[in-house]
Amino acid sequence: MSATAAATPSERTSAALTTRKGLLLTALLVPPLLWFGVVYVGSLLSLLANSFFSLDDFTGQVVRELSLYNFREILTPTYLDVILRTTLMAAAVTVACALIGFPVAYYMARHARGAQKALLYIAVMLPLWSSYLVRLYAWKLLLAKEGAIVWALQALHLEWLLEALLATPVIGGNSLSFSPLGTFVVFVYMWLPFMILPIQAAIERIPGAYLEASADLGASPAQTFGNVVLPLAMPGIAAGSIFTFSLTLGDYIIPQVIGNSSQYIGQVVYRQQGVAGNLPFAAAFSLVPILVIALYLWMAKRKGAFDAV
Amino acid sequence: MASAVSLHHVSCVFESGAQVVRAVDDVSLDIRPGEFFTLLGPSGSGKTTCLRMIGGFALPTEGSIAIHGEDVSHKPPYLRPVNTVFQDYALFPHMTVLENVAYSLMIRGVDRAQREKRARELLEVVRLPDAAQRKPGQLSGGQRQRVALARALISEPKVLLLDEPLGALDLKLREQMQTELKALQRKLGITFIFVTHDQHEALSMSDRIGVFNRGRLEQVASPVDLYNRPATRFVADFVGAANVLDGEDARRLAGHPSIMIRPELIRLGGPEAARTHGLVEDVQYFGAFWRLRVRRNEGSALLADIPTTDGNSVPAAGSAVHLHWDPAAVHCIAAASAGARP
Repeated sequence: MSATAAATPSERTSAALTTRKGLLLTALLVPPLLWFGVVYVGSLLSLLANSFFSLDDFTGQVVRELSLYNFREILTPTYLDVILRTTLMAAAVTVACALIGFPVAYYMARHARGAQKALLYIAVMLPLWSSYLVRLYAWKLLLAKEGAIVWALQALHLEWLLEALLATPVIGGNSLSFSPLGTFVVFVYMWLPFMILPIQAAIERIPGAYLEASADLGASPAQTFGNVVLPLAMPGIAAGSIFTFSLTLGDYIIPQVIGNSSQYIGQVVYRQQGVAGNLPFAAAFSLVPILVIALYLWMAKRKGAFDAV
Repeated sequence: MASAVSLHHVSCVFESGAQVVRAVDDVSLDIRPGEFFTLLGPSGSGKTTCLRMIGGFALPTEGSIAIHGEDVSHKPPYLRPVNTVFQDYALFPHMTVLENVAYSLMIRGVDRAQREKRARELLEVVRLPDAAQRKPGQLSGGQRQRVALARALISEPKVLLLDEPLGALDLKLREQMQTELKALQRKLGITFIFVTHDQHEALSMSDRIGVFNRGRLEQVASPVDLYNRPATRFVADFVGAANVLDGEDARRLAGHPSIMIRPELIRLGGPEAARTHGLVEDVQYFGAFWRLRVRRNEGSALLADIPTTDGNSVPAAGSAVHLHWDPAAVHCIAAASAGARP
C-alpha cells in the first residue's frame, strides 16, 4: 500500500471526501442552497415586501411605507376579472392538454417500439427546439383571417363551423387570431409536450402484469383503464397539469400576440412594472398566481393525485 | 367426466424479425377436474406460454383450448372461468389488500359491504386476517403471495393457474407455502395448474406432471411414474439425479441401448458379483447421503448415493470401488427424446 506521507494534495482531498461523507455533502449542497435559498427565496421575500409599498401618483416614487393599498386594488372588479379569466384559461388549457396528451402518451408508453418510439419522442420534443416567438408568430399567420386554417376550412366547406364558433360570446371574436379561442389553441399547442412527457413516464412505469391481472380478474379493457391505468397514471397527469397550469397562469406574450385585448395576469404585471413603473402593484399582483398555484396543489393533494405509489 | 382443461394440438409461434420461435409445439393435454397438475420444464421450454394460453394472455397459433368443455381458444382473459396467480404477484399498488382481494367482485358490481365481507373471509383462508387495510408495498414476499392467492380465489374459479408463484421466496418459506398450497387445493377441490422449473416442487406437490422440453410435451405421468419410469432421456435427466447410459456401454451392462439407474439404487460391495468397478473421482456430502462419482474403466462415470446411515466412512477420492445393483434398478428408456429434433 502507498505510504500516507507521500500522498499528493489531490489524493488527500479525495481521501477526505470519501471518508468524511458530511464534507462531500456540504460541498455538493452549498452552491444550489445558496442559489435557491438566497437568490430565489430572497427575491420572493423582497417581492412580498415590495407588495406592501405603494407608488406616489404625483412623483412616481415608491413610498416605503407598509399599506394594504395594492391588495385592496387587486380586489376591485377590473382585476378580479383578470384573475378569473386567467385562471379559467389555465384550467381549460390544462384539461385540453390532458385530454389530447393522454392518448399520445399512452401510445408512446405501451405500444410504440424502436424507431417509431424515437420518432414520437422527436415529434413531441421538436417544437421545444425552436424559438417560442417563432412558433407564436407562425400561429398568428395560421390563425389569421386569410390564414391556412380558414383556407382549409373553406376548401372543406366548413367555414360555417368556424363562423359559428367565432360568433359564440366569451370565446369568439373577429377572427381566430383575435379571439380567446385562438389564445386557447396556441396555449394548448405550446404546453402540450409538458403534459405528454410526465404522463408517458408514469404509464411506462405500470408493469404489463397489472393489466393482465386486471383482465384475469374479469375486468374489460375499459374497466382496467378506469381502475388500474388511470389511477396509476395520476401522478403523471398531476405533474403535467402543474406545468400547463402554471405556465398559462404566468404567460404574458401569447395573449398579447393572439387574442382580443382582454388582459391576463402576466400582462398586468408586465404593464404595471414595465410601462407604468408601478413596481409595488406589480409585486402584489405577481403574488396572485403563486396563491392560485398553491390552492391548486392543495386541492390536487386533497384529491389524492399524488398518493398512488 | 369432461376435462377441466383440454389442449388439442396447440401450438404457439412467435415471430421476431426473421426468427420464428415455436414456443409451444403441437401440445395435446387433458387435465382432470380437481387435479393438481404441474407443467415442469427448464426456462424457455414453453410451460409458461402454455399457461398463458390457458389464461388468455397468449393466443394459440394452431389448435384449440377448452375449459370444462367450452372452447375458449380465442376468448379474452376476462371472459374465461380461470384466475391466475402471477409470478411477481401483480398486486395493484394503489389499492389496499382488501381492495385487491375484492377486485373481481367490485368489477362484477357486487356491493361494497358484501364484497368486503367476502374478501375478509378469503383473507382468513390464506391466514392474513390483519393485513386488510395495508398496501401491498408494506407486505413481505410471503404475505404478498397469500394476497395474490386470495385475490385469484375470491370469484371461485373452476381452474386456478399459478405461474411459478413460489419463485421469489426463500427456501424455508417456499417449503412452507408448498405445504399450504397443497392443503388449500385439497380443501377447495379446485383444479390447480402450476408452472415450475423446480423438479422437487413438482414431485412433492403434484397429482400429475407434464414435462416440457423445447416447446414439446415429453411425458405426462404421476410423480412416482415420472421418477421411476421416465419415458425419454430428457425426462430421466431433468427429474432427479440419474445415471443415463447409451449405446455399447448400456448394452454391455443391461442389454438395452438406453438405460437409466438412479444413484440411490447403486450400492458399494466386494468384487464378487459386482456389476462394474472404477475409481472414486469425487465425494459430495448431502447430509442424508454421500454422492460418489465413480469413473469406470470403460470411461463413463456413474453417480452412487451412499446413505450416511451406513456409517460415517466412505471411500476417499482415488480409491477403487465395486458397484452393485438389483436388476430391477435398471430402467430401459424406450423413446428418443421428443425435444431432440433435427
